[in-house]
Amino acid sequence: MSNDLSPKERMAIDRVHMPELPADERSTNFEEVNLGLSADQALSEAQRCLQCKTRNCVAGCPVGVSIPEFIDALACDDLPKAAKILRGDNALPAVCGRVCPQETQCEALCVRGKKGDAVAIGYLERYVADWAMLHPDRLLKEAKPEPTGKSVAVVGCGPAGLTAAGELARMGHQVTIFEALHDTGGVLRYGIPEFRLPKEIIDCEVAVLAELGVTIECNVIIGKTLTVAELTEDYDAVFIANGAGLPTMLNIPGENLKGVYAANEFLTRVNLMEAGRREDSATPILQRDEVAVIGGGNTAMDCVRTARRLGAKRAMIIYRRGEAEMPARIEEIKHAKEEGVEFVMLTAPIAIVDTEDGWVSALRCQKMELGPADDSGRRRPQPVAGSEFDIPAGIVINAVGTNANPLLTATAPDLKLNKWGNVVADEEGQTSIPGVFAGGDIVRGGATVILAMGDGKRAAAAINEYLKR
Amino acid sequence: MFEVVSNEILAENLHKMVLVAPRIAKARKAGQFVMVRLAQGEERIPLTIGDADPAAGTITLFIQAIGASTRKIVSTPVGGFIRDVAGPLGKETHITNWGRVVCVGGGVGTAVLFPLVKALAEAGNEITTIIGGRSERYVILADELGALSKNLLITTEDGSLGYKGFVTGPLSEMIADPARAPQAVFAVGPVPMMKAVANLTREPGIETIVSLNPIMIDGTGMCGGCRVQVGTETKFACVDGPEFDAHLVDFDGLSDRLTSYRKEEAARHAAEGCKLAKEVAK
Repeated sequence: MSNDLSPKERMAIDRVHMPELPADERSTNFEEVNLGLSADQALSEAQRCLQCKTRNCVAGCPVGVSIPEFIDALACDDLPKAAKILRGDNALPAVCGRVCPQETQCEALCVRGKKGDAVAIGYLERYVADWAMLHPDRLLKEAKPEPTGKSVAVVGCGPAGLTAAGELARMGHQVTIFEALHDTGGVLRYGIPEFRLPKEIIDCEVAVLAELGVTIECNVIIGKTLTVAELTEDYDAVFIANGAGLPTMLNIPGENLKGVYAANEFLTRVNLMEAGRREDSATPILQRDEVAVIGGGNTAMDCVRTARRLGAKRAMIIYRRGEAEMPARIEEIKHAKEEGVEFVMLTAPIAIVDTEDGWVSALRCQKMELGPADDSGRRRPQPVAGSEFDIPAGIVINAVGTNANPLLTATAPDLKLNKWGNVVADEEGQTSIPGVFAGGDIVRGGATVILAMGDGKRAAAAINEYLKR
Repeated sequence: MFEVVSNEILAENLHKMVLVAPRIAKARKAGQFVMVRLAQGEERIPLTIGDADPAAGTITLFIQAIGASTRKIVSTPVGGFIRDVAGPLGKETHITNWGRVVCVGGGVGTAVLFPLVKALAEAGNEITTIIGGRSERYVILADELGALSKNLLITTEDGSLGYKGFVTGPLSEMIADPARAPQAVFAVGPVPMMKAVANLTREPGIETIVSLNPIMIDGTGMCGGCRVQVGTETKFACVDGPEFDAHLVDFDGLSDRLTSYRKEEAARHAAEGCKLAKEVAK
């Protein structure tokens, strides 16, 4: 099959809609919401790509996926080729096809988006990646790289670490990943709920790395079990990608009441420990009718939609700016609304209150209005005098962000940190210690999966150069 | 996987388990803990490292089996395996030569006290150890702690061994006596005991350190579940602790947070009991 439609024919095709589980059905379970495209839908969507020479979409991708090329292969119905191109550029395509904010990256720059809808690049990426997982026998064999005899330690098994490990293994280096938790995936497993990213996807992507010869050691906390200094002794290079740290506290009264969770605790209980999802789950989770989630990012959306699935009758997002200012992906906001999540905008928490029994009973808030733009370019929220009011809630979840993780850096005195405690690294991930590179949230503070993956990919290239010296 | 090389019962529901964990044995310092998960699907439980033998590559855990998860952990036989043990976590105890030090242990806290007493003795402190228990059969490690201490005092609530009453009895006598008053106090045990000790030493201004065991999930500074109010600050026991200045800890807040899952745990207890009863019936 060839991909030789005229531009006019391509322009005549409408953007595909992602098939989804009905909102009323899915809001009571943890099944994946997006069902994936059918073969016909994928083919038709692939034909919408104009195969333009400017390739703006590629510039919008933090890992530089050869987007027009894999879409062309897909449009030619050559899935093995499409998979080879995609997997050659992206270590975790099935993850990215699900959780990347395409609307602000590749799709934002798509020529077709100037007049109408961008090509659904994310959906197509997912389609090809899922096909590859289901058809291992039809994948084009990768040539086994010549072993270089060099070894690299990767700290953290999240998106940055997995990406770097995959790249480095393909370059012929012997890679060992050290993971602090008892399972792989980092934030992909403990943070992102199954309704967005099923755990078997992570298992499959991790299995690909194992096939490449990557060793993963769980239950090893770098900075505690072993230090960075010990790693630099035993390995030729080190990549630090140990992720985010402790939650940023709200610093309002009542934060230590029973029923107040930081987002990471709530999500880790449910995602990693399966609390509330299996009847015999050993790890408990509180379940209440009214749940208030503070924050407007993807983590807040994950928390509120999880709370809804655990049975909350009122699951609410409390955000101090307006909906237009929310950092969450458009799709997450849309899905949350469909599932009955309430959005309480221009509202800031000022206290968490109880009924003198130590249990949360309400979130005390004040109304906000938007003033002039701040440093981030978003309009700064200002309190409206005399607008205090209480939102009844049995659980309050703080999803405003995280601070730098201190465990590794506390025992690595030579590692230069910025004033927030994040590791200082240049564009290529080089830190203040020769041979030690870093990327992802430990460098950026709270960011996205794909930015962490971009760091992993760039750092792997830099490590490869370093190891040749 | 971490092999169990010994598993002794020290007292009712109190086990001493030795595990093969060479990296942890080598890295571990007094006051630190590990996160333990018996098997797939089980809870992550924080447990203080009681002792370690770096040469043999083993660590010792003292485990009070009162919850469903800890009971399963202690039922692992010698030669069996624990799936996940991660650590050492938390800060090491600040050890210095204070001079006279009183170490107070209550219940399983007595076991947590053991590595502290050992490290304090090695630093040349003159140690009085006070062990408290409900009755004689709950008094543990008396010989081991006695060997490291200048004086060993035992208190039981029913008077079946040593002083009748609480650990605070002999402690307040010592504080009142200028010849015996300590320069520092370490207390590990139930929250009410640690609170009572803190109240005794606050006014005379005796430096007092407690080791806390709040709710934890990851233990690596991520979830924030272990937060404790210390003075005007919210601290995280897993990275800032588990030891804190007793005079600044909000013990009431800590006690209250520890009851967060009482209902859920009771339900699990009941369910586990049911399952056990069914298995026995088979």
